[in-house]
Amino acid sequence: MAELKPGARFKSAVCETEVVVIAAPEGELQVTCGGVSMLGEGESADSDSQLAAEAGGGTELGKRYTNAAGDTELLCVKPGDGSLAVGGETLVIKGAKPLPSSD
Amino acid sequence: MNLMMLLEMAASGFSDRVAFTNGTDALTYTALYDAAGQAASQLRNGNDAHLAMLDVSSLALPVALFAAAWAGKPFVPINYRLSDAEIDALLERIAPCTLVTDAAHVAKLADREGVTCIESEAFLQAARDGQQSVAADWSMEQEDTAVLLFTSGTTGAPKAAVLRHRHLVSYLLSSVEFGSAADDEVILVTVPPYHIAGVVSVISAVYAGRKVVQLASFNARRWIELARAERVTNAFLVPTMLRDVVAELDAQGQEGIPSLRALAYGGGKMPRAVIERAMQLLPQVEFTQAYGLTETSSTVCVLRPNAHRAALVSDDPAIQRRLTSVGQALPGIELQIRDAQGRALASGERGEIYVRGEQVSGEYVGKGSLLDDAGWFATRDAGELDDEGFLFLEGRADDVIVRGAENMSPGEIEDVLLSHAAVADAAVVGVADEQWGEAVAAVVVLEPAVEVDAQELRNWVKAHLRSSRVPRDVFFAEQLPYNETGKLLRRVVREQLATAGDVC
Repeated sequence: MAELKPGARFKSAVCETEVVVIAAPEGELQVTCGGVSMLGEGESADSDSQLAAEAGGGTELGKRYTNAAGDTELLCVKPGDGSLAVGGETLVIKGAKPLPSSD
Repeated sequence: MNLMMLLEMAASGFSDRVAFTNGTDALTYTALYDAAGQAASQLRNGNDAHLAMLDVSSLALPVALFAAAWAGKPFVPINYRLSDAEIDALLERIAPCTLVTDAAHVAKLADREGVTCIESEAFLQAARDGQQSVAADWSMEQEDTAVLLFTSGTTGAPKAAVLRHRHLVSYLLSSVEFGSAADDEVILVTVPPYHIAGVVSVISAVYAGRKVVQLASFNARRWIELARAERVTNAFLVPTMLRDVVAELDAQGQEGIPSLRALAYGGGKMPRAVIERAMQLLPQVEFTQAYGLTETSSTVCVLRPNAHRAALVSDDPAIQRRLTSVGQALPGIELQIRDAQGRALASGERGEIYVRGEQVSGEYVGKGSLLDDAGWFATRDAGELDDEGFLFLEGRADDVIVRGAENMSPGEIEDVLLSHAAVADAAVVGVADEQWGEAVAAVVVLEPAVEVDAQELRNWVKAHLRSSRVPRDVFFAEQLPYNETGKLLRRVVREQLATAGDVC
């Protein structure tokens, strides 16, 4: 369990994935990648952690991942093999809103 | 949150692609990331509180912007067109600072207390040559200040607008999709670094993965040459620049700019004749108008390409008119029009524009946040919304002319004057009037070799607007005062009228 403060960075314990919190509800939440709790600043992985097969969808660089309620959003800053979940709910890619470039 | 997070992603996603070029020299994403780290390490060795930049656009600009973010020092771009005394006053407000600048200013400012000068070329070279081992250890504290921008001061002394990392990152995330640029996309950037559009263009291009070609000082012929030579696909221009490009294309009578796909414009009022001619000369180009302020981390409204096209072909005056609007709010941005008592107005009613959203800072050094309790920022711009949320600007709220009990917007009268064939440019301001409090005064620039008298112009206005709008005074001038991004300086027009009584 961890506090998901905007700007906080989490690393996967089982793959290369790294995310930055864009938005999340207050309070302690469980954030996982590949089915295993992600690591906050200064935390290190247990050597026997393994990517769970059912959580192996992978992450893509630069995609924003969100929950159904839309109140939690993680930005993938390094891609990897695991998929992301918060509080047990698997996050999905937030659809891109096509906007013309204005600058 | 930190702007460096965005460059780190771009460096890992686009590594060896060219990020910035000036035509002869270039920086890849990896080279930009490495150079920013080396410059950050140098900055941290000193005790300077800010990293200021007083120079035209160059490869040193993105290095300095990201190095400042990495080192945790606010980046402060300064207008190189200011006088020595004005520059000195701004430096005083940010000392002690490191100042990246041109050779002439290094010579002038070498001995100035509190300012560590380094020439832009030397700064860039040192950053590229550096061999320090640098950790990716920028702060992710989202309240840290990313950029301080001195506002252009069309209405008084410059204020230092504070843009925190969260404002700029929020703008980027809501308006640019990471890596969304096609492999062959190239943007020609010619807005100066000290303008919010110049700062944001650096970050937007990096996050989209769009190659930037920098043109340090604008000239329409050079801009067109470069656009053709570098196969430029995207560009941003302020209205005066687009006007010059249109005139040059007309003069050349050639094939236009075949590679160009998208042209964004903003920063001032776009004359309808200019945008219509641009759409004719560049038929394949998607035009987007952007409206924003320094205090809102740039764009809050866009007039999209399809709205441009619809306005041009529609028979419906309400849709045609949208070509003179600045479009609709970006996702995540709310707009409200309020009257002088602060009450929200309905669509079609004119008042002051308020804006709210994550990217809106509304904060100045020494003044704190000017957002109201609900997070709204008063833009001081006047305008109205139509039924579908298209925003029509009516000039600055302070520019509204109050004649008797009637409020009138100078923009409306200027538009009518500009529609007269003999009028090249026009500015309308309020001047003191014994009977009415204020009266309408117009300063008009005529087309070359055309003559028209004041009475004819008064009759022209009278034929199009109600009689209270007819200028009491009409003056003729050689040119009107603009700032370098194309914003009409009405304050200067008013001062000229007050002191000289005439500006001819």
